[in-house]
Amino acid sequence: MEAEQSPRRILVAIKRVVDYNVRIRVKPDGSGVVLDGVKLSINPFDAIAIEEALRIKERGRADEVVVATIGPADCQATLRNALAMGAQRALHVVADSPLEPLAITRILLKLVEREQPFLVILGKQAIDDDNNQTGQMLAALWNRPQATFASKIELSETAAKVTREVDAGLETLEVDLPAVITTDLRLNEPRFVKLPEIMKAKSKPLATIPLNDVGSAGTPRIKVIRTEPPPGRQRGIMVKDTAELFAELHKRGLV
Amino acid sequence: MTKVLIIAEHASGKLNASTAKCVKAATTLAGSEIAVAVFAGPGSSVAAQAAQLSGVSRVIDVSDAAHEHALAATLAPLVAELAADFTHVFGPSTTFGKDLMPRVAALLDAPQVSDVMSIESPTRFRRPIYAGNAITTVEVAAGTRIVATIRTASFEAVAGGGSAKVESAALAAALPTHTRFVALAAAGGDRPDLQSATKVVSGGRALASGEAFKLIYALADKLGAAVGASRAAVDAGYVPSDMQVGQTGKIIAPELYVAIGISGAIQHLTGIKDARTIVAINKDAEAPIFEVADLGLVGDLFTIVPELEKLIDESRK
Repeated sequence: MEAEQSPRRILVAIKRVVDYNVRIRVKPDGSGVVLDGVKLSINPFDAIAIEEALRIKERGRADEVVVATIGPADCQATLRNALAMGAQRALHVVADSPLEPLAITRILLKLVEREQPFLVILGKQAIDDDNNQTGQMLAALWNRPQATFASKIELSETAAKVTREVDAGLETLEVDLPAVITTDLRLNEPRFVKLPEIMKAKSKPLATIPLNDVGSAGTPRIKVIRTEPPPGRQRGIMVKDTAELFAELHKRGLV
Repeated sequence: MTKVLIIAEHASGKLNASTAKCVKAATTLAGSEIAVAVFAGPGSSVAAQAAQLSGVSRVIDVSDAAHEHALAATLAPLVAELAADFTHVFGPSTTFGKDLMPRVAALLDAPQVSDVMSIESPTRFRRPIYAGNAITTVEVAAGTRIVATIRTASFEAVAGGGSAKVESAALAAALPTHTRFVALAAAGGDRPDLQSATKVVSGGRALASGEAFKLIYALADKLGAAVGASRAAVDAGYVPSDMQVGQTGKIIAPELYVAIGISGAIQHLTGIKDARTIVAINKDAEAPIFEVADLGLVGDLFTIVPELEKLIDESRK
């Protein structure tokens, strides 16, 4: 654990993704999805992660919230947004091409070793590649507990009691600190950023870290061969009234 | 030869159907040897249940009081130890598998392919990205062990009737004590679980109040369905967010999905596009939900839903 005088720090790892309201289009040549001119935002689960870290700090259980992202130069806008929400510092590891979750994890582990947080909070998954891997992988390589898909976090000095959204309902775990927690949707509702906060965020510290300082891109092991649109749904039939709706449902064995 | 290790999911002494679906996925790898690892408490019959799954060649039974409740941090080192003999390690893409498998992959320094929806070769998989709005085909580099989670909506369960041999395994990996199970509270009372229900009835903003959701619950109970909601209904405070269906809520694939007073925003449609039959009831004939509905009815939900309930009642007399 940390020395007494060192601040109690939460590290939040975030990713910039295509905004959840954007209708994704697959490129006709199958090489990926169209990203040019598309609105990019912080991954919604990561915004929840920042919010939770801020609330923990506001309750006096942490001294500092540090946000980190790994991505190209223009990801800094996303970090500024996190600073405007209330984080104290930001770390930007510059990586121009997308990295696989294990490569991301190794970089995050380096940041964890530097920052010595008592808690790392991440979104449960990014809504672009939907991998849902990084938090769990970080916990494994850090050799610390994980509490994924959190909907409630209660902290004590040495442990966190975390309620998790699992298929069967709500599971509660107790994990010793430091630990990795990944957020689910109903953990909280992220705050809106006010204009004065945006102005203030411009002068908050944002460290740019070359990729080579904290690891490497590694050798990619998963290659995307092609990207296709999903099979479309056929528009069905319109029925004229409830009786006809019932008859159709009955015919199909659904009622 | 491909050798697939499947991590069984189970609860209350019963093997979860997700395991049989993982076996199905593994059988699509021609000539594969399939083993199922069962981590359960002492005296459990889950290993015997897994042995009956058609296509399974052996079951590795790892019984320990520590496995009464599955904990990813406890299981991952054990799975990683077992994985030494296998080319592939599969778990279901349920909250159990999603929690566990990446931890295993990291310990193995293996890439993970999440949410596999089809297997084209031992190294080539199809998986959804952007909540299913695009499908990618990925190729994993040769010479590495592959960890994958199997999307349960994409595979049928294999039949029973098998008789694989069950062997117990004593593993060396130390069990961590930093993670402790406290409690599990079942969701939804008597209603089916939204994530796995075969029928789902959802309400949207047109319900106009939390009180009006009674209509949705009543119809759902008649159908034996789980209850969901659109993001708009959640944001309006009519229902809690754990009922949200859509890209940032639950992505579901029931046999029947009934969307009531839901316009069909892209983020909602993303969550239901794998439903077998979609029924839409909405007063706006131009609502996008009708573009994906198998059965659509334009009209006032406050009239239609009670009428539908009555017809269901009458048909059962």
